[in-house]
Amino acid sequence: MTKDPVDVLIIGAGASGAAVAWSLAETKMHILCLEQGGWMNPAEYPSTGRDWEAKFYGEWSSSPNIRARPEDYPVNDDNSPIKVVNYNAVGGSTVMYTAHWPRLHPSDFKVKTLDGVADDWPIDYDALTPFFEENDRMMGTSGLSGDPLSPLTHPPMPQQPMGLSGAIIGKAMNKLGWHWWPSDTTVATTDYEGRARCINLGHCTPACAQGAKSSTDITYWPHAVRAGVELRTHCRVREITTDENGMATGVVYYDKDGVEQFQPAHVVIIACNGVGTPRLLLNSKSDRFPNGLANSSGLVGKNLMFHPYAQIYGYVKEPTDSNRAPPTCLWSKEWYDTDLSRGFVRGYGVQFVRGAGPVFEAVVSEQKGILPWGEDHHRVFRKLNGHRLGFSAICEDLPEEHNQVTLDPVLKDSHGIPAPKIDYTISENSRKMMDHALARGREVLEMAGATDICVNSPIPWGGWHLLGTARMGTDPNKSVVNEWGRAHDVKNLFIVDGSIFVTSGGVNPTSTIQALALYIADQMKQRLANLFD
Amino acid sequence: MSADNSLTRAQCNDLRTVAAMIVPASDEYKVPGADDPAIQADILATLGRDTRLVAVALDHLARLAGQPLAELDAERRDTVAREFRRSGGAAAATLTRVVLQCYYRDDRVLRSLGLELRAPFPKGYVLPDGDWSLLDPVKARGGTLRRAPTI
Repeated sequence: MTKDPVDVLIIGAGASGAAVAWSLAETKMHILCLEQGGWMNPAEYPSTGRDWEAKFYGEWSSSPNIRARPEDYPVNDDNSPIKVVNYNAVGGSTVMYTAHWPRLHPSDFKVKTLDGVADDWPIDYDALTPFFEENDRMMGTSGLSGDPLSPLTHPPMPQQPMGLSGAIIGKAMNKLGWHWWPSDTTVATTDYEGRARCINLGHCTPACAQGAKSSTDITYWPHAVRAGVELRTHCRVREITTDENGMATGVVYYDKDGVEQFQPAHVVIIACNGVGTPRLLLNSKSDRFPNGLANSSGLVGKNLMFHPYAQIYGYVKEPTDSNRAPPTCLWSKEWYDTDLSRGFVRGYGVQFVRGAGPVFEAVVSEQKGILPWGEDHHRVFRKLNGHRLGFSAICEDLPEEHNQVTLDPVLKDSHGIPAPKIDYTISENSRKMMDHALARGREVLEMAGATDICVNSPIPWGGWHLLGTARMGTDPNKSVVNEWGRAHDVKNLFIVDGSIFVTSGGVNPTSTIQALALYIADQMKQRLANLFD
Repeated sequence: MSADNSLTRAQCNDLRTVAAMIVPASDEYKVPGADDPAIQADILATLGRDTRLVAVALDHLARLAGQPLAELDAERRDTVAREFRRSGGAAAATLTRVVLQCYYRDDRVLRSLGLELRAPFPKGYVLPDGDWSLLDPVKARGGTLRRAPTI
């Protein structure tokens, strides 16, 4: 039976899909979202059990390849030093993220003009400002307004407690004369819009049983569904179909029973992240679009940016917060802007890490060779456990076409859909930036009195930020979507996720991804009468 | 290697022996070793998706030892363990991780570490708010955002 067409079909219910669905709901159009995962059940989140840390190595791994839930699709990332991590469910990867909430800086939108590398964005920071603010209210942010080295924000809740770890870091940074500030986060520090305040469950990256960490299944989606948006779960889209005029006509997907379905739509919005989106476009080949949909530029899947993480950590004599607090609490923008005397262009943000739980500490320290087998194990473990401090630099990854997402010729998901293949190398500029960050991190840790210093550079399973693979721009030969998110080649197809980033900045991108999604939704609403012109 | 989703008796014996080499019992800290029956039972009951790699690791260990690990003298056992860690790859790392993740959730071990015997939820933890006057030097230094041209 043929389904009735919907006005707007959104693919993906994560950070950007939720935001665009909520924003468009006020139009009263018939909006449908297809999500390959399901609704989450917080009663089953790791922190509800004594085996909470063990779960991170299996069903709650951040890697879809290790996790391998039916909702996940495999990723061939053998040819990349940084592995893709994500989560597939209503809420997407906001279910599994650190809730660290910096924004791109105004200068991040004009990289070519300022530093002569990469490209400028076709929009500027000011265009996104109202949507950053709206998004912060919807997601519910905590922080301290007034950071002199960050864009001005107005978090509705106060910052997280400094804790034991924050005080040690702050003192060390002060001695060095370097910038630090309490991070904006999406962790509720007071009761907020039906969410209970944070009670320090302590490892909130893989989901928050308290609901204090903002994820779109508990923020945007309840509002969107109440406003009439239909959310269909366990539906995996295989391809977007088009007609003889090159317009999108709908999608072919597999429903929760694995049955192939066709859903017609007047407008299609992709919100599948910087790996899932190019995968879908490349899987949507047709006679008219033989190289994949919206790919006349040849740039679909190209310019993948990850943010290589340079992480350094050590152990101080004083107790730290260990696993008894959200993992991140402070940031630094000391090295964010270009200073060519450092030997590289652009820069990095820093997120400080409070500590780790006992199992993680034991496993990682044994692998690093600082926790011995045998008699001395107990003494050394007591010196390490509950004493860790970390410094993680989020290095700006510049776009390079050879860093790319293609389709794997062999690997397929459980529905037989070709899986994405990642080819990625860390650039010389990024390497120099990472080395610089490690040297600064070592200074901070040593100033704090840390010993047994260890390095992860890059963090191998650190591909949280999936950006750049369907970039925005005004020139159809050099970009995939225009300056308001519409595909140059398909006038009723939009992309709203991190794949449209032109450059990556040196901060966690989710705040900017969602602001972009709200901006694009606003542009669509303003142009409803002539959306396809 | 065992064909099904469980370990053979010989593999279980070697697992117990190598677990004690990783974390031996300690009178000083009043903790059992990782060969403790309750910890071993926890390991075997929760192997799950790690069973295959742990079995691979134990097969590798058996090849290196040439006989049950427990029957080797201490010096030879240490030599085998060093080679196992050097050449065992992901399988050896998985075995070690499985031992440690069960050891460090045992009540006796957590008690010895001064940790509470409970899941984080629903009680959570209390965090000191801290002395935010530490930020005063940062505020005093100030700074400006890098200027960018607007469209």
